[in-house]
Amino acid sequence: MSRGGFWSVARAVAWRNIHSFFTNPAIAIPALLLPMFFFTAFAGGLSRVDQVPGFDYGAGYTTFIYGFVLLQASTFAGIFTGFSVARDFESGFSRRLFLAAQRHGGIVAGYWLAALTRAIFTVAVITAVALIAGLDVNGNLFDLVGLYALVLLVNAAAMLFGTGIAMRLRTMQAGPAMQVPAFLLLFLAPVWVPYDLLTGWVQTAASFNPITLVLEAGRGFLAGDPTEVLPAFGAVLLLVAVTVLWARGGLHSAERAA
Amino acid sequence: MRRSTLAVQVGVLARRSVVRTLRQPAMVVPSLVFPLILLAINASGLDSATRLPGFPTDSYFQFALAIPFVQGALFSANSAGTNVASDIESGFLNRLALTPLRRVALMMGQLAGILALGLIQAVTFVVIGVAFGSGIAAGVSGALVIIALSLVISLAFGCIGAFVALRTGSGEAVQGVFPLFFAALFLSSMALPRNLIETDWFRTVADWNPVSYMLEAIRSLVISGWDGEALALGFACAGGLALIALVAASSALRTQMVRT
Repeated sequence: MSRGGFWSVARAVAWRNIHSFFTNPAIAIPALLLPMFFFTAFAGGLSRVDQVPGFDYGAGYTTFIYGFVLLQASTFAGIFTGFSVARDFESGFSRRLFLAAQRHGGIVAGYWLAALTRAIFTVAVITAVALIAGLDVNGNLFDLVGLYALVLLVNAAAMLFGTGIAMRLRTMQAGPAMQVPAFLLLFLAPVWVPYDLLTGWVQTAASFNPITLVLEAGRGFLAGDPTEVLPAFGAVLLLVAVTVLWARGGLHSAERAA
Repeated sequence: MRRSTLAVQVGVLARRSVVRTLRQPAMVVPSLVFPLILLAINASGLDSATRLPGFPTDSYFQFALAIPFVQGALFSANSAGTNVASDIESGFLNRLALTPLRRVALMMGQLAGILALGLIQAVTFVVIGVAFGSGIAAGVSGALVIIALSLVISLAFGCIGAFVALRTGSGEAVQGVFPLFFAALFLSSMALPRNLIETDWFRTVADWNPVSYMLEAIRSLVISGWDGEALALGFACAGGLALIALVAASSALRTQMVRT
């Protein structure tokens, strides 16, 4: 009964969010446009950067940028799900949900399933566009499994982070508190050039940024030359573990307020 | 009498617009902070691009310094549109329609807040650019021209924001158009000079994009000194866009006032 309660809540919350995502253009279009826009602008406008001495990524600049945009798309699919959580609190839906659901953990699981679906959809569209634009994937099937596993773990961490904030603040005004840290974490990594070509404070920041490991591992998978795989999975699993605790704290805060 | 009435009307509305803009930290602070954060990240993240043959300077910070001026203007568009939409949504415009206020006064008054914000942005970006070692090749008078051009760019994008608000009457619509403004910035010669953009379609878009010429006019003053052609193109693009957007916004205002 309790397990059924958990999953029935999760399925209901997930279905509602997935339905909103696919039927409301105001939600779906920005989630798709943002990464496509970054991909187009960076892969198109900066392609000459791969001729900078020391740029040693064999799969080409389009693939190099695709590695970043994948990560960005999955991160923001998670963050935008945090927005949905905040919107549900503002509209009063969450309050009713907390009263009706037996297992509140199922609510978070439902949002996670919705974030996962959003990420898979966004990544699929971006991959199709990137393939048309000349994406060159040298990795084998195992490399791709590794790549997409990393991407989906980052999506889970972002969703849990956003949900933790949304459940504590329970207002759409919490949007910048979700977006800005995610944006900074993503852009303080080797976005446009490999780590060795970064200079100044951004290189220092990138050396402490766990996303650097994830990005380098993802690009390694794409190039068929896996690098930093264990540290990257270690870093992202640690991020997931920390954000699970963060979201759990948020859930308790929301339960007290409900 | 007619002139002084117009001047008084513009003055009152301009004061309201300036005070309202500057009183909202949520409008002023992001429009200053976000462009500077992006400048700092770009300058370090893309500094190695200066090693490309033909890159006009050996400092990417100096190259990228032009970006905040245009990016700040995009925030101006957002705040202009949001303010006008809020006037429509709150019924303020309806009440004004019952007074003998002239439309031109309303439009000029609304734009005063944008120019005030644009001035704060431009001066801040010049000061920070110089403080962090960029230098301005055209000297002090060049810095003044950068500020003047920046104001025209703010006016152009501000008028577009006001036009969208007046046509739709919705703040949400203004927010929805905001990403398109950013597309205009990203699909320009923002990150690399146009002659170094390798992808053909992207270079064509950048060639047709007026934002490229606005950036290049500012960049010329920062990097190489006085370049008449770059400045003429920059002012023509910004001024032309401002004129078209102003006419469109005035027409939308006329329609909006008739509706009320």
